Amino acid sequence: MTSSYVDLAPSRAEKFRQRVLPFILLAALLVVIPLLGPSRSTLTLLNHMGITIVFALSYNMLLGRAGMLSFGHAVYMGLGGYFCVHVMNWIAAGTGVWGVVPIFAMPAFGFGAGALAGAVIGWPSCRRAGTPFAMISLGVAELVAAAGFMFDSLFGGEMGISADRMGGREFLGLSLGPLDDVYWFIAFWTFIGVLGTWAFTRTPLGKLSEATRDNPERVEFVGFDPQRVRYLVFIAAGAFAGMAGGMSAVQDEIFTPENLSLIPSGAILIAAYVGGVRYFAGPILGAIVMTYMGSNLSDYTAGWLLYLGLMFVGMVMFVPNGFAGIIHDTWVAIRDGRLAEVWKIWLKRSVGLILIAVSVITMVEVAFRWSDGYGEVFEPFGLHLSHQNPITWALAVIPFVVGILLVRKAAKEAKA
Amino acid sequence: METLVFALLNGVIYGLLLFMLSSGLTLIFSMMGVLNFAHASFYMLGAYFAYTVMGISNFWIALILAPILVGGIGMVVERYGLRQVHARGHVAELLFTFGLAYLIDEVVKIIWGRTAVDYQVPAALDFPLFTLYGAQYPAYRIFILVVAIFMLVALWYLLKKTRAGLIIQAALSHPHMVGHLGHNVPAIFMAVFGAGCALAALAGVIGGNYFITDPAMAVQMGPIVFVVVVVGGLGSLEGAFIAAMLIGLLQTSAISINASLADIFGFLGLSPDSEVGEITIASMGPMLPFLLLVVVLMVRPRGLMGDREV
Repeated sequence: MTSSYVDLAPSRAEKFRQRVLPFILLAALLVVIPLLGPSRSTLTLLNHMGITIVFALSYNMLLGRAGMLSFGHAVYMGLGGYFCVHVMNWIAAGTGVWGVVPIFAMPAFGFGAGALAGAVIGWPSCRRAGTPFAMISLGVAELVAAAGFMFDSLFGGEMGISADRMGGREFLGLSLGPLDDVYWFIAFWTFIGVLGTWAFTRTPLGKLSEATRDNPERVEFVGFDPQRVRYLVFIAAGAFAGMAGGMSAVQDEIFTPENLSLIPSGAILIAAYVGGVRYFAGPILGAIVMTYMGSNLSDYTAGWLLYLGLMFVGMVMFVPNGFAGIIHDTWVAIRDGRLAEVWKIWLKRSVGLILIAVSVITMVEVAFRWSDGYGEVFEPFGLHLSHQNPITWALAVIPFVVGILLVRKAAKEAKA
Repeated sequence: METLVFALLNGVIYGLLLFMLSSGLTLIFSMMGVLNFAHASFYMLGAYFAYTVMGISNFWIALILAPILVGGIGMVVERYGLRQVHARGHVAELLFTFGLAYLIDEVVKIIWGRTAVDYQVPAALDFPLFTLYGAQYPAYRIFILVVAIFMLVALWYLLKKTRAGLIIQAALSHPHMVGHLGHNVPAIFMAVFGAGCALAALAGVIGGNYFITDPAMAVQMGPIVFVVVVVGGLGSLEGAFIAAMLIGLLQTSAISINASLADIFGFLGLSPDSEVGEITIASMGPMLPFLLLVVVLMVRPRGLMGDREV
């Protein structure tokens, strides 16, 4: 065996395939989407997806990469966004320097504001890791959200502060008035955000943050200060969150103190985790799925938050690597030619999960119609499922039991 | 004087309620090293269960039945949920309880609706007990005081004076050693988790009709309970007690102070018309616990009475 570390370095083809190709594909996808002629509501949804993608990626710099569980990441997106809304209003007033700043540059301002917020708030809170860090982030989020309702001139009270995205000068021929223009704006900054957060994972600091997550003691032995690494990562994460805030300020033209609260912080935690925090693409997936569910599923059922919670708890318990982990494992199994041996297990598992989903959906849908008391009845596929109907109870119990048995069997076989 | 006495009385009651919630959380926290995010959700469940039980029977049965039911749910959660995730570390456990809190919130909304339910003080306790400075003082508040103190004494006796308490205390700090001595440590964990949840539920039963029983009560109470546990210190019931009283008194007395920042810092030239000057102490009340949390975690990470760091 004559192997030196030179042999371990990726070849040019591998480098291209792993580092350049995905971004070319992403850019191509972003360019192709408007050619398909999406409707206005689809465009709005896509724009929100772009914002959430950047936000989720910035969150994953903390949770996935550095192992820092934060319950208050929306604070940095909110502060970045608030700053941008103010800047947009200054641009609209057009005095001094602000007369020449295009609205297009808002995410850059958000980036700066987010970094500043991260630097100020991170200074005290990054001195601890683990559970204390999580608790401090929670306390800070509560403090900032409460302050948001107190200082009206900065945060606009309950009404928030709104701005007009058409106020500034045009940039690259985009007036940012019509939604198409906003799409290009969001697409551009989403690409920059994905590229930026990915580039960060390639920097020495990005690598060190992963080392700090896995073994802070050894990082210290090598001669780095874990506390300092965490602090710097925190600032970077705050900056990208602020960038997402700037994108959101242009898309929605309003920020309210609600944007700073624990609710969006929890939502982004769920999105990143469900997508898979161990993979770079995980939070992107999670952001897309969550945004889609948030805007579409809520039209179909009042219980969508419950489904979301069930999915999250299920993921935490059984699928810690999230969607990205599932996709990755599937791909690895296919690549290694193990498909022939595992497809039966997969089939059992999928059928089991579908059965469980059927019974859970039946239970939830019937339950909240029953509790509403409007006498409305859950009627999927022409079935009349009221809470007195024995079919309802059969549908709620039998698939659940069968599904669990199947999933357990699949798990046993997978282990063997 | 009047304000002071009332603030003191209400503060003590609020503090005792907080302690009832946080005592269970402290035990769980120091045993498993994980903050149970869903603890306040069990408090909410206690209030809602009591409301439902009270609908079909009476308050006294609810007072006993609701904590037992919630304690049972807590044990199931520990056995089939938390224990599964335990192997993957504290962050996974924290995330699990976070998701659980979310789920309980949604389930409560589905079963009991999105608005507050009419969970009332039982008629037998709904009378003014005494008159203080011309204002009548409701008997139910004193009832809360009595129940809380009774619970406090019972808990103290159980933990400090009985053999079961001895084993629990040992399992807090040296679970492996206790296991080697032949005690079933996982079962102890499950029992303590259940008991902690039952205590939270008891606080819900007697607090739900004192405050208000709505789906937001867990979200409002949850973070404050964390503050109590962290400020009090890990593994210290005494610390949790002091912290609960401190926060209870701090919050209730802040609400009764009408002074604005301008009144206090006016000598520094803070104008009462400016935005900062306008802020009253009362409006800052809800922020105080979190300020305390951040300061304590930075300055004294082991909390007031804790024996180890968080």
